[in-house]
Amino acid sequence: MRTKAIIRLAFLGSIVAWFVLVFSDVTVLFSDIKGLQPDVPLWLPRVMLDLFVISLYYYYKYKIEKDEGLNFTDLLWKVFATGLVVTVVSLALRLILFLLGDTKLPSNVIFVDIIYQVNLALLISFLLAAYTSWKRLILYQKSKWLIRMWVVFELSLLVVLVYDSVNFIVGEAFSASLSFALALLALVLCGNMKWVAYLNFKQKWTSLLLLLLTFFYLGYFFYTVSRQSDFISAQSGAFLDFREHIFNISLFAFVVTYSVFSFLVILFNLPTSSVFEQKLEEVVNFQRISQSIQTEQSEESVYNILLESSVSSVFADAAWLEIDGTNKDHRLFTYQITEKEATDIRDHLKNKNVKGILDQGSDRTRNLSSHLASLKGSRYRSLLAFPIIVKGQTIGTLALLKELPEGFNKEMTRIVSTFSNQAGISIENFRLMEEAFQNERYKEELKIAKNVQKSLLPDRLESDSDFEISAFSESADEVGGDYYDTIRINDHQVALIIADVSGKGTTAAFHMSQMKGIFHSLAQQELDPKEFMVRANQALIFCLERGSFISATYFVINTKTKTIHYARAGHCPVLYYSAETNSSGYLKDKGKALGMIKNKDYCNHIETNVLSYLPGDIMVLYTDGITEAKDQKGEEFGNERLAKILCETTGKSPKEIQDYLIHKLYEYSGTEEINDDYTTMIVKFR
Amino acid sequence: MVHIKRLQEDGIDNIVIIGEIDASSSIELDLTIAKSVGEKFTKIVVDCTALEYISSAGLGVFMSYIEEFRDKKINMVIFGMKEKVANTFGILGLADLLHICNTKMEAKILVNELSV
Repeated sequence: MRTKAIIRLAFLGSIVAWFVLVFSDVTVLFSDIKGLQPDVPLWLPRVMLDLFVISLYYYYKYKIEKDEGLNFTDLLWKVFATGLVVTVVSLALRLILFLLGDTKLPSNVIFVDIIYQVNLALLISFLLAAYTSWKRLILYQKSKWLIRMWVVFELSLLVVLVYDSVNFIVGEAFSASLSFALALLALVLCGNMKWVAYLNFKQKWTSLLLLLLTFFYLGYFFYTVSRQSDFISAQSGAFLDFREHIFNISLFAFVVTYSVFSFLVILFNLPTSSVFEQKLEEVVNFQRISQSIQTEQSEESVYNILLESSVSSVFADAAWLEIDGTNKDHRLFTYQITEKEATDIRDHLKNKNVKGILDQGSDRTRNLSSHLASLKGSRYRSLLAFPIIVKGQTIGTLALLKELPEGFNKEMTRIVSTFSNQAGISIENFRLMEEAFQNERYKEELKIAKNVQKSLLPDRLESDSDFEISAFSESADEVGGDYYDTIRINDHQVALIIADVSGKGTTAAFHMSQMKGIFHSLAQQELDPKEFMVRANQALIFCLERGSFISATYFVINTKTKTIHYARAGHCPVLYYSAETNSSGYLKDKGKALGMIKNKDYCNHIETNVLSYLPGDIMVLYTDGITEAKDQKGEEFGNERLAKILCETTGKSPKEIQDYLIHKLYEYSGTEEINDDYTTMIVKFR
Repeated sequence: MVHIKRLQEDGIDNIVIIGEIDASSSIELDLTIAKSVGEKFTKIVVDCTALEYISSAGLGVFMSYIEEFRDKKINMVIFGMKEKVANTFGILGLADLLHICNTKMEAKILVNELSV
């Protein structure tokens, strides 16, 4: 909003200034011709001219300079449009003059003066428009020094403008040297042509045309205004020729100089403009390849981008890309060439034992045309090939072909080499991401298994007036599951189980849940432990995989008869402390693990054992994570140590015994990170 | 880590296990025995003198071949187990299902006897 207001204000200001200028200038001229004293001060026209210039300057500044949306050609079009408008107006005036013919009006000085002022105003506004546009072009790539120089230049122009309107005379030498310095500064500023490089071929031609027209306008105006000025000067001495205003000359010279420089630079850059465009495209393609890892979904898209980019950057006639995929699958991507042709050429070169095509560092621009020519039916005479390298291994080849012999130069080699390197990196990243993703999935799986294991363990254990149970279980990652549970069969019988599933990860967790199901369903049937095991084994044959088994011990505590019936299926032997004899030992019994004998014959390999318990007796159930825990020297915890620890804590409650045992275990191994699942279930009878 | 070697002498396939068998190396053991079976050996002896430790996965490998050996009339004898390892076999009950000896000589005699 503010900008618009300023633009309007500036425009208005310039119009007002101009009218006053014309009025005052006409008055002065009139007075001079008539020999009268002018009613207006002599300095008025000059000051008005200054104001006019300054208002127009601001007008263009906000219209052109601050407009963000204009690009280079737009700027030139603006200059052209302004020039067109002012030229048309000027030509219209010419037409009027022509139509007036030989009448008295055209020869009237005042009339001519008015026309002259109009033309001069038009010229100045065109010059200012051009000046503002040139300013934007020059300052396209700003640097500190450039800005400083420009500010000095503009201030100098302002000083010159003011100087023109006051009668302040300085010495000739002084003004000459100042002018020289100004001219030098202007020349240096005119050297900023960086914007030319950013034009494409079409834009360069358009710019040339626009600049040519600008020269035309400038020429026309200079001629017109000079003619009229001469005419008026001849008639009046008070008239100040516009050419005597240093400001006008400076501005004109500056605009012309920069236009000429631009024209020449664009003209001479025409032959090389295609190279710039090429370079720009290469950079864009390079970016595409390096970013393809984030944006693309598959390796294949990376290959396609590589093929496209390489072909366009070297102007190849055909190309192929051979890749050995991750699963040893062989893929061939072709461009403008059939698969058969590609494989023919490749095999042909292999047969001819042409070495060094794929070696890094070899001179690839070697002339292969003779080899290629010897292949019948092939129209290609140049070949450029690069290896695609991932993790130090060559996974494929990129080959570019041209029909021209020796069609590839070193620059092309460099570019395609960069592309194929980057493609190799992108593919490596892609594969690493896949690997990381797989790893994440695997870790997720283990987390699930661990959670399943945890959730299958009971949150509360059966208790009874006759005994107290405490249990503890910790699982390590990547290891099979331990399981323990209790269930009350009836008011005088409680079943206990401790089990260790072989295998690891999710499979073990699933087997554990199967064991839990079997335990809960079979225990309710008040089975003899041997029968329990036989039926459990029968059920598990269909669930367990080859090489998997479950070791378990199943107990039924009968509080009426004060007996323990149990069957040990390949599990660690039970540690039993007898209060009566004040000694602990491992129970002797036989039994094979579940899943080893995959038929009914299993009943011959498992037995029920019976023992009676007395108050104070302690039964320690455990898994091999406890006894096989190693210390720093690699020695196992062992059964003896376990028995000894039990003897040290016979007076304590099951929980206390358990805590002490675990504490001793950590102490022994030197760490709390045991590399196996470990479980204890301690039953103390009272 | 494990290192498994195979030596063939007198028509008997000697599988020598050196090191530890855990979950990942048990696959190698599985493959070795499978290869032996595939090459139609009916007499296999397994040298466990250098076997330091065997996990449940390794035990599972031995266990999984019991039925196949019975069907294909292949006889395998394991010998030279360290006390710890033998103990593990014993607790599981695998010792009864497999043929176990102390020395190579005993193993060769046993495997020849079984094959008759």
